[in-house]
Amino acid sequence: MRSSPEWTLASQRSELAFPDGKPAYNQAQAVAEASRCLYCHNPPCVQACPTHIDIPSFIRKIATGNVKGSARTIFDANILGYSCARACPVEELCVGDCVYNDAGIPPIQIGRLQRYSTEIAVREGWSYFTAGAPTGKSVGLVGAGPASLACAHELRRLGHACTLYEKSQVPGGLDVTGIAPYKLRGEEALQEIHWVCRIGGIDVQSGVEVGKDIAWEELERRHDAVFVGMGLGPDRRLPGADLDGVDGAVAWIEKMKLGTVSLEGVRSAVVLGGGNTAMDCLRELAGLGVPEVTMVYRGTPEGMSGYKHEWEAAKKLGVRGIFGATPAGFVGEGQVSAVRIKGAEGEQEVPAQLVLLAIGQARLGEQLRPLGIHADASGRLIADAQGALSRPRWYAGGDCTNGGKEVVNAVAEGKAAALSIHRAMGV
Amino acid sequence: MPNLFSNCGGITSPNPFWLASAPPANSGLQVMRAFEAGWGGAVWKTLGTPIQNVSSRFGALRGPGAGGEPVGFNNIELITDRSLDINFREIYEVKKRFPKHAVVASLMVETKEEWKEIIARSIDAGADGLELNFGCPHGMCERGMGSAVGQEPRINERITSWAKEYSTIPVLVKLTPNVSNIIPHGLAAKAGGADGVSLINTIKSVIGLDIDRFVMEPRVAGLSTNGGYCGAAVKPIAMFMVGELARSREFGLPISGIGGIGNWRDAVEFLLMGASNVQVCTAVMLHGYRIVEDMIEGLTDYMSSHGFETVDQMVGKAIPSFSEWGELDLNYETVAKIDPDLCIKCNRCVVACHDGAHQCIHINPDGGVPTIDLSECVGCNLCQIVCPVPGCITMTEVDNGFEPATWNLHVTEGAPLRPKKGVH
Ligand SMILES: Cc1cc2nc3c(=O)[nH]c(=O)nc-3n(C[C@H](O)[C@H](O)[C@H](O)COP(=O)(O)OP(=O)(O)OC[C@H]3O[C@@H](n4cnc5c(N)ncnc54)[C@H](O)[C@@H]3O)c2cc1C
Ligand SMILES: Cc1cc2nc3c(=O)[nH]c(=O)nc-3n(C[C@H](O)[C@H](O)[C@H](O)COP(=O)(O)O)c2cc1C
Ligand code: SF4
Repeated sequence: MRSSPEWTLASQRSELAFPDGKPAYNQAQAVAEASRCLYCHNPPCVQACPTHIDIPSFIRKIATGNVKGSARTIFDANILGYSCARACPVEELCVGDCVYNDAGIPPIQIGRLQRYSTEIAVREGWSYFTAGAPTGKSVGLVGAGPASLACAHELRRLGHACTLYEKSQVPGGLDVTGIAPYKLRGEEALQEIHWVCRIGGIDVQSGVEVGKDIAWEELERRHDAVFVGMGLGPDRRLPGADLDGVDGAVAWIEKMKLGTVSLEGVRSAVVLGGGNTAMDCLRELAGLGVPEVTMVYRGTPEGMSGYKHEWEAAKKLGVRGIFGATPAGFVGEGQVSAVRIKGAEGEQEVPAQLVLLAIGQARLGEQLRPLGIHADASGRLIADAQGALSRPRWYAGGDCTNGGKEVVNAVAEGKAAALSIHRAMGV
Repeated sequence: MPNLFSNCGGITSPNPFWLASAPPANSGLQVMRAFEAGWGGAVWKTLGTPIQNVSSRFGALRGPGAGGEPVGFNNIELITDRSLDINFREIYEVKKRFPKHAVVASLMVETKEEWKEIIARSIDAGADGLELNFGCPHGMCERGMGSAVGQEPRINERITSWAKEYSTIPVLVKLTPNVSNIIPHGLAAKAGGADGVSLINTIKSVIGLDIDRFVMEPRVAGLSTNGGYCGAAVKPIAMFMVGELARSREFGLPISGIGGIGNWRDAVEFLLMGASNVQVCTAVMLHGYRIVEDMIEGLTDYMSSHGFETVDQMVGKAIPSFSEWGELDLNYETVAKIDPDLCIKCNRCVVACHDGAHQCIHINPDGGVPTIDLSECVGCNLCQIVCPVPGCITMTEVDNGFEPATWNLHVTEGAPLRPKKGVH
């Protein structure tokens, strides 16, 4: 158990093999792109951002040379504005809604501009926010992922004490352990988290699993309110998936990001699933040099929940897709050698020395049932729009309530919950 | 944390950013929204006998690029068209809600009696100061007001002295740039007892033509008239006039700087040039009150990084650099350098130097980085200006072994000058 905010990652990590997918703008590039922005009023890009960053203002400030103010505008709305700049699927969010699209003119590269300002701010250690005058109230937060961090930072601005219980050794949740490394590497996410914690009083108790090392009820005794930001659970498994070489996608990505994965002898890899975790796995496997990477997905290319731009990028790396097929079993003695799949043309075996299961993650809401906190049938916690759960003084946000979205949603929900906790405290 | 508090001729405000007298300061609700957004003061849309405006009032000179951002702006609108009763009631309400912000009544009337009355009403309404509009160069001047006053130092001085006679609050005189030398006009205001001046008002202009109808813009039915020019394009002219007055030993009054200000950097330049505060019209018309956030942040950051604690410490810092041509060092030598790593080989510098300067940048026959013949480069900056990549072309100082020598020193004491370059 420790709370000192000096977290580090191993120096040898497979993720370090990846180059930056969208390199940082230099000043000239940033100013050139920023100067194109129309500085719209109440525009769709801002509506599309779950944290409603005042995008035209932060971009105009880049154009005037006010980088410090630009980053302030971003972080004021979204305290993980740097991670989001790099990890957000901007094609589906702000950039996709830039008004230039309607004019048939290339949209503003909002993510890259956001990275420009926030990267400088974090690197320079500019501080914008100070903790509010102590209210004497304290909040316990479960997990130290994006949802809890955003919630805690907002609570600190409002003067409440915060303790984050995090089962893993480093904070950040999937922001550190999940994001594809060509978008954001672990140490970069961690650097922003260190910066966020500079507001002071964000007490991260790492290596503490709530429900195991400390009882859920105990949180309620220790704190005036509890925020649950525990994300999703482990990868879903399939029957017969206990051969060596069959791994959960999120678990494998975590190993790749926090340590090293061995791909020796892996000529072909298969990823089961068609969501964004599957998309990331495909690009990561291809990027690490696996010669033959195949996705097996039960539906059609149009029906995939993975973003189109991600699938296009994967295809460019030579990844192959098999659609309309479901896994029927794993072949191999001890070590997997192929996946048996069943499609319209019957069964076939796809050779694979590595199989990643990207068919979803478990949901953890059931754990809270003894406290009378409701979850839906899938285990997703049921919170109201303000993040309140069905037990007084309990709140939640992020993947555990939204079922698994993006970092930016977790931040927006964590912040909204902080504000409603603050209102409920009545201080 | 630097203090942005500002004082211009005795009119104080929480920061040096004021709305200029124009549509953004037309009504109480607008001014209150502006103050909420962060503006420190507002000069109310000029008050006088309410007028009737034309439809089709503005025109713009657009820069290149998508959307063609307006860089110059032209208008033929007159002073307020709203009743004085409404205007004064709103001034009163704004002051009640924002006691620390500056509300300045801009005034333009004709007779001494009218000045007396409108000044009394402004003071009753709670205005912090007056700005005498001697600057409007269209419409009002045809009626013997506005720039018709500002172009006649004697009339300027007379009306200013009336205002001072009736006013218990500070009086600024807003000057017109439509004069060949600004100094006598600033001195006239001073002689009349003004507490400060504001400049510039707009510059007489024709913004463009409808070339199919053969009619000037903005077209009002089949005719048009000259307008007043403002916006980013007028900033250099405004900075010159502000600087001229600020460095004049005889003048010495506070200056409220106006003309083409759109961001914090522009504002910093005006302050360094001798303005005590700044006023903004066109940039707000184009983008809204929200631009002030960047101005406040940028100024604060600039002040911190340059060690200024108060705005006053910055005011006029660059004035000593405004000198006569005859005092410039003729032996100071610079040449252009191209950074080969940044060069994108567009050859814009080559064509500019060849056709518009001294033919010393040469195309690279291999398609590479152009070469500069340093023995011919006169150090004019043209290549640096046309280069699209910031930082690619730098003007670097050359040590030519000559002692500094100005033209004045050369003429009076025969100071030796370095050999001329580029005179083949
Ligand atoms: C493979 C993958 C790639 C992704 N890529 C992107 C991307 O490119 N862009 C994007 O925006 N989003 C991406 N996401 C989604 C994004 O990472 C999540 O939406 C976001 O991290 C959710 O934040 P959270 O705080 O709700 O949960 P998490 O990030 O999951 O954090 C929850 C934290 O709680 C801890 N915890 C859980 N239970 C307990 C307990 N009982 N006691 C103590 N601690 C506990 C966990 O260890 C973890 O640190 C990706 C997700 C995955 C799986
Ligand atoms: C539409 C318009 C109306 C204006 N009306 C007035 C006015 O009533 N009184 C006045 O003193 N100046 C008036 N001005 C001039 C501005 O106050 C200001 O001096 C000028 O526009 C230069 O500043 P800018 O470049 O920031 O616009 C007007 C300008 C515009 C564009
Ligand atoms: S800006 Fe407003 S008042 Fe002016 S023409 Fe357009 S709609 Fe009419």
